[in-house]
Amino acid sequence: MTFLSIEPVRILLYLVGICAFVGANAAYLVLAERKGAGRIQRRPGPNEAGYAGWLQPVADGIKLLSKQVMIPPGTDRLLFCLAPLMVMAPPLICLTVIPFGENLFARNINVGLLLVFSLGSINVMALMLGGWASRNKYAVISAARVVSQNVAYEIPMLLVVITLLMVTGTMNLNEIVQQQGGGFWHWNLFKVWVNPLMPVTFVIFFICMLAETNRAPFDMAEAESELLAGAFTEYGGMGFGVFFMAEYANIVVGCSMATVLFLGGWQSPFVILSGPVFGPLWFLAKMYALILTVIWVRWTFPRTQFYGLLNLSWKILIPISLFTLLLTGAVMKLPLALHHLF
Amino acid sequence: MIAQPEAFPTGESSRAPQETFVLNLGPQHPAAHGVLRVLMTMDGEWITRAEPVIGYIHRMHEKMGENRTWAQFLPNTSRIDYLSAMHYTHAFVGAVERAAKIEVPPRAEYARVITSELNRISSHLVWWGALLLDLGGFTPILYAFEDREKILDLLEGLCGARLTYCYYRFGGLCNDVDDDFLNGTRKFVQEMRPRLGMYRDLVTDNIILRKRLTGIGPISAEMCRKYGATGPVIRGAGVAYDVRTIEPYSVYPQFDFKIPVYPECDSMARYLVRMDEMEQSLRIIEQALDRLPAGAFMGKVPRVLKLPPGDYCYAVEAARGRFMVRIVSDGKDRPYRVKLRTPSFSNLSLYEEASRGMILPDALAMMGSLDLVIPDIDR
Repeated sequence: MTFLSIEPVRILLYLVGICAFVGANAAYLVLAERKGAGRIQRRPGPNEAGYAGWLQPVADGIKLLSKQVMIPPGTDRLLFCLAPLMVMAPPLICLTVIPFGENLFARNINVGLLLVFSLGSINVMALMLGGWASRNKYAVISAARVVSQNVAYEIPMLLVVITLLMVTGTMNLNEIVQQQGGGFWHWNLFKVWVNPLMPVTFVIFFICMLAETNRAPFDMAEAESELLAGAFTEYGGMGFGVFFMAEYANIVVGCSMATVLFLGGWQSPFVILSGPVFGPLWFLAKMYALILTVIWVRWTFPRTQFYGLLNLSWKILIPISLFTLLLTGAVMKLPLALHHLF
Repeated sequence: MIAQPEAFPTGESSRAPQETFVLNLGPQHPAAHGVLRVLMTMDGEWITRAEPVIGYIHRMHEKMGENRTWAQFLPNTSRIDYLSAMHYTHAFVGAVERAAKIEVPPRAEYARVITSELNRISSHLVWWGALLLDLGGFTPILYAFEDREKILDLLEGLCGARLTYCYYRFGGLCNDVDDDFLNGTRKFVQEMRPRLGMYRDLVTDNIILRKRLTGIGPISAEMCRKYGATGPVIRGAGVAYDVRTIEPYSVYPQFDFKIPVYPECDSMARYLVRMDEMEQSLRIIEQALDRLPAGAFMGKVPRVLKLPPGDYCYAVEAARGRFMVRIVSDGKDRPYRVKLRTPSFSNLSLYEEASRGMILPDALAMMGSLDLVIPDIDR
C-alpha cells in the first residue's frame, strides 16, 4: 500500500486505468449499442466473432487500424489531423475528476465541476475543425450545425448546473456526492423540498447531455440520411475510429456527471451495501443504466428537425431552467428574507 | 435534363444570392433511394433550387418493347417499378387483353385483385420503413420488413418469385391460387390489422414524427394537376383521384372500400393516406377471399398472339399512383410502340417547385413522402 500511495505511481496508475476504462467502454459500448439495437429491432445483432459476438470490437479495431490513413487533397492537413486528438482528449481529462468511489478518483480538486464543463466545450470545437478542415460541403454544413446546436444546449445545461450549485454550495464533485448520502431520497434528483422542480432539472440535464454528445434524436452532426457521415465524412480508418470512440467516451462522461450530480454517485440507494467495494459498483450500475437509456432512446425515436431542435432549447428548455434557477433562489433565500422582515 | 448550375438561382431568396453553393446530392446518397441525383443550389441550409438529374438507371424498357413479341415483353413490366410489380404486369396484360378481346375468367380476376392488393401493402411497407429511415428512425423498417416477408412468402408460393412476379398472363394467371395461399392470406390479414394498430401507436402518434411531417412540404391540388402527380400525392392534396374508382378496371367495382383522402396537402397527409390505404387493401383482400369463384384460371388465348391494328390504353392504380400502358399495334406479332406512363416520374417532376425555400432535412423528408422508385422514373 505504501508503494501505491506514492504520488507519481498513483498518477501513473490512474492514467493507465482511465485510458483502459475509456478504451474498454468505447469498444464494448459499441457492441452494447449494436446488441441493444438488435434486441429492439428483433434481430440478433453481431453474434459471429467470438462467443456471442464478444470479439466483435476487437475485429472492428483491427479492421480500422489496418486501413490506410487517407488525407484527402485540398484539406487543411494540420487541423484535419488535430481534430481527432482534440475530440478524444477532453473526455479523458474529464474522467480524472469524476469520483468513482469514496476514495477512487485521480484528482480531488475543488473546481471539478467547472473543469468538466469547460473541457466539454472543446469537443464542439474539434467537430467544427474536423468538418471545416475536410473541405466537404456536407462536413461544413454539419460543422455549422454542431456549433449552433451546442451553443443552444450549453446554456440550459449550465443553468441547470448553476441551480444545482446553489443547492450544493460546492464545485467539488466528491463533496457533492457525499452530500447525497443516506438513502435515495437524499439524492439531488429527489430533493423536492429544496426545489420542487428538481426532477425536471434532471430531465433537462439529460436532454442537454444527449444534444451535447450529438446523440439521437439530436444527432444533427451525423444525420446520415441528410449529411452522409456529417463532420467525419472524409475521415477513414482510425481517424474515423477515434471520432467514433470519442462519441462513446463523451457519453460515459455525460452519464457519469448525471450520476454524480443527480443520482448520488457512489452512494447506495439504501443505507446498506455501501463502502469502498460497493461504492464503485453502485456508481457503475447507475452510469450504465443511464447509458442504456441513451441507447434505447436512439433506436426508438426519429431524428428531430434542426430548427425544431433549436426551438426546443431556446423556447422551452432555457425558460424552464431560468425559472427553476429563480425558484431555487427563492426557496433558499425566502425564509431568510422573511426572518429579516419580521 | 443536363444540369447547369446557375450563378443566380431562380428561387426566391432575399438573402444574398451570391452566397449560394451547389450541393450535389447523389447519385450515391442514403436519401436518394437508389440513384437519383439532385443538384441543390443552397443558401446555407435553405434550398433555393433543387434540380433532379435522372437517367442513371435508364434501361430502355419502351424501346425493348418494340423488339419483342407481346409475351416476351411481359417480364419487363415487373422490372419497371420493382416494388409494385403486380400492378405493372396487370396494366400491360390488361391492355393486351383489351386489344385482343380476350375473356378473363372471374377466378383469375379475383386472384389478380388479391395479389395486387397484397403487393400494394408490401410496397407501402417498404415506403414506410424508408421514410422513417430518412427521418432518422432506424427501427421501423425492420418491423415493416418482417410483415413484408410474409407477403413475399405468400406470393413466392404462387409464382416462385419474390419481387419480379410476372404472375399474370394474357387471359389469366400462370398458376391457380391454391389453398395454402388462400389460408395463408387469411391468416396474414388477421395478423396485419393489429400490426397496423401498433404502427399507429408507436410511430404515427410519435410527436417527433408529427412535427417533422405536419405542415411540411405543401403540394397543392393545383400543383399536382400541373405536373400530373397521382396516387397518394394527389389524395394527400384533397383530391379523391384513384384509378380503381375513377376508371374502374378488373373486378374492383364489386368491392366495398374507401379512398382515403386528406386535404392538408402536407407530408403528413401523404403519410396518413398510405397508412389508411393499407387498411383498405386488407378490406378488399378479405372480401375477395370470401367471394373467390371456382372455375378456370386461364381464358382462351390464341397460340400466336397478333393484335388488331390500333391504339390501346390500360391504366391501373399502382402503389405510387396512376400507371398506364399505351400500346400501338400495326397488326404484327410485336408492338409498334409501347408507352409507359409511370407515376414516380410525374411525382418527382413537382419536386423542384415544391422544395423551393425549404431546408435540407425537410426537403428530404418530403422526398421520402413522395415514395419515389428510381427505376420507375427512368424505366
